Amino acid sequence: MDIDRQKDAPVYEALLSFKRRRVVPFDVPGHKRGRGNPELVNLLGEKCVSLDVNSMKPLDNLCHPVSVIYEAEKLAADAFNAAYAYFMVGGTTSAVQSMVLSTCKAGDKIILPRNVHRSVINALVLCGAIPVYVNPEVDDHLGIALGMEVDKLRDTIRKNPDAKAILVNNPTYYGICSDIRSIVSLAHEAGMSVLADEAHGTHLYFNESLPVSAMEAGADMAAVSMHKSGGSLTQSSLLLLSDRVNRGYVEQIINLTQTTSASYLLISSLDISRRNLALRGRESFEKVKQMAEYARDEINSIGGYYAYGKDLVNGGSVYDYDVTKLSVYTRDIGLTGIEVYDLLRDEYDIQIEFGDIGNILAYISIGDRIQDIERLVGALEDIKRLYKRPVSGLHNAEYITPIVAATPQAAFYAAKELVPIRECSGRICGEFVMCYPPGIPILSPGEKITDEIIDYILYSDEKGCSIQGPEDPTLERLNVIKV
Amino acid sequence: MNFWFTEMHTDNVKFSIRVDNQLFTGSSDFQRIDVFESSEFGRFLTSDGTVIFSEQDEFIYDEMIVHVPMAVHPKVKNVLVIGGGDGGVARELSYYDEIERIDVVEPDELFVDVCRRFFPDNACGLDDKRVVLHFRDGLRFLRGKVDEYDLIINDSTDPLGHTAGLFTKEFYGSCYRALKEDGIMVYQHGSPFYDEDEESCRTMHRKAFRSFPISRVYQAHIPTCAAGYWLFGFASKKYHPLYDFDAARWNARGIKTWYYTSNLHTGAFMLPRYVEDLLEEEEGKLKKQR
Repeated sequence: MDIDRQKDAPVYEALLSFKRRRVVPFDVPGHKRGRGNPELVNLLGEKCVSLDVNSMKPLDNLCHPVSVIYEAEKLAADAFNAAYAYFMVGGTTSAVQSMVLSTCKAGDKIILPRNVHRSVINALVLCGAIPVYVNPEVDDHLGIALGMEVDKLRDTIRKNPDAKAILVNNPTYYGICSDIRSIVSLAHEAGMSVLADEAHGTHLYFNESLPVSAMEAGADMAAVSMHKSGGSLTQSSLLLLSDRVNRGYVEQIINLTQTTSASYLLISSLDISRRNLALRGRESFEKVKQMAEYARDEINSIGGYYAYGKDLVNGGSVYDYDVTKLSVYTRDIGLTGIEVYDLLRDEYDIQIEFGDIGNILAYISIGDRIQDIERLVGALEDIKRLYKRPVSGLHNAEYITPIVAATPQAAFYAAKELVPIRECSGRICGEFVMCYPPGIPILSPGEKITDEIIDYILYSDEKGCSIQGPEDPTLERLNVIKV
Repeated sequence: MNFWFTEMHTDNVKFSIRVDNQLFTGSSDFQRIDVFESSEFGRFLTSDGTVIFSEQDEFIYDEMIVHVPMAVHPKVKNVLVIGGGDGGVARELSYYDEIERIDVVEPDELFVDVCRRFFPDNACGLDDKRVVLHFRDGLRFLRGKVDEYDLIINDSTDPLGHTAGLFTKEFYGSCYRALKEDGIMVYQHGSPFYDEDEESCRTMHRKAFRSFPISRVYQAHIPTCAAGYWLFGFASKKYHPLYDFDAARWNARGIKTWYYTSNLHTGAFMLPRYVEDLLEEEEGKLKKQR
């Protein structure tokens, strides 16, 4: 990384000089620097709305960058140790979809762990690729799916030598990393591409003591959520490519679905955040690491909670752990993660990232302060004091091995009918069912429904998880393929 | 020369003090601290642009937050002061011989240094041999403390600033647990007058009312506070601030005060109708939930 060059922020600087020119707008957006929408100016501020402008020569164009966006993307590629980088404004979802659509066509196989984000399976619905799942090992106690094991992957590759790509989470939402270097070498030997979902891994690029990043490990493409640990605005993201990838084709794929009116608020936030990360990322994430480790120690000393970290590492299904994550197992105090999540928000005014059946995840980032960590720890202690319950009567979260009966695309577009959920056992699902967050499907289109899955969905619903995906929001019926 | 320090009490109300000169400015991990000299309020200290106290009116605050609970609880031995790095509260506590230990928990060392340097009349309270000064986060200090204190005084300043954690439900819960079975906690309750302060005042009452069997509010007039009007919370496990108040016992101590008197003690709990209404409204909501 050329640190001197990283001090530049081409899009940001172009926006500032554009603002100074006081150009009279006879183009979109129609609010014309906010004058046509005073309430919006009141809410967002004059500065913000005046930068909400359209693509134009001095500001370049995201669909075909040739000047400042091109330069900013080059700097991002250098900062992330990639051959090319693309600014994405449709969330990391758009970056993930571009990865899948760039490597798979209808009927192609893609190898992936089942605990992928819904955006991956959405991409399969779009392109008609066939998912081949490597079932992850599950930590029985915590009830979370772990990483992709190299032995299982080798076996899957042997059985599916025609697969085009392997998708890997680096890390998972909970911070678990697979042995991505070995995965890359296995995949490349077999002529397959490695696509990394790094929605939760931006920081891996900026602190050498954290698990290895996908680009460093030699992956072909990576989708990086700059707006999560990178500090940019929500919905902004990066797609990274190695030099093994045909960039022209990827650009065509991106432009299939990308907006032609990309927001300069998002683009400039990517530019500025990249600069921050390059210049100060190392020390920022050192601080985040320390805060997360401190929180872990303090939470573990309360008793009853288990804030896990590097102790999970086992060389296989947990090859490494991202210590900036703060995941806490709560069931030993008799409360599900989702119950603790709700209590924290409703009773203590603390919003955490999510709660599932057995765990909560608090997101620690460059914006946190130690006094806020004290609040979180204090609240968890108080929750234990006031709401602790006997542990019996709680289901353990479980990983249910999916049975793929049809491709996601075929199932999604098949003739379907709504059937009462209790009568769905044995049928093939035509829609997604997932708790959001984390947004990992319990059922995807094309998967066979079992009694076990139905029980799990209803239990998650009863415990207050937000169940998303089904057409019938009351969850009384599921969409299944007509027989 | 025409220098004015200005603090926004609301978006539409300014509070200004003419300043003779600035004595100090500095930043810590927690706040920016400034000290000014003025002819009306003497020296005053600000945190992130908000007045924390002035030489001329700190006595009102320090006396009211200490003598009210001390005149109610019959046998205070261990006191915890959260915040209070200026020493004013410790100074008032030092007049009571029966107190054996005063833990002052202040996260910001710079705050204490500045007070020692510019406000020796407050900071002398920290030199009492019963005072143990802890440079720690208040919530962190309270964690794991059970059944230890007779009195907890929450002397931290700003419910929206760096001490926000000390105005939360977990804080009140932690204090409840750290108090003995007849313990009392007093805390700053903010100013109820301006609309934008009213909500935090309501929330605070809700939290204390839920955590403690007895929870009353009392008032004082403090010129540098928003609207010159300030409330304190009195949350207690056993003693009632009026029924268990022993005026004769307190008067017999002969403590010299400038604001607090045993007559004023009772009067301070007699609140204006609009304040009574907003507190009762919150209590009503909670009773309904039960």
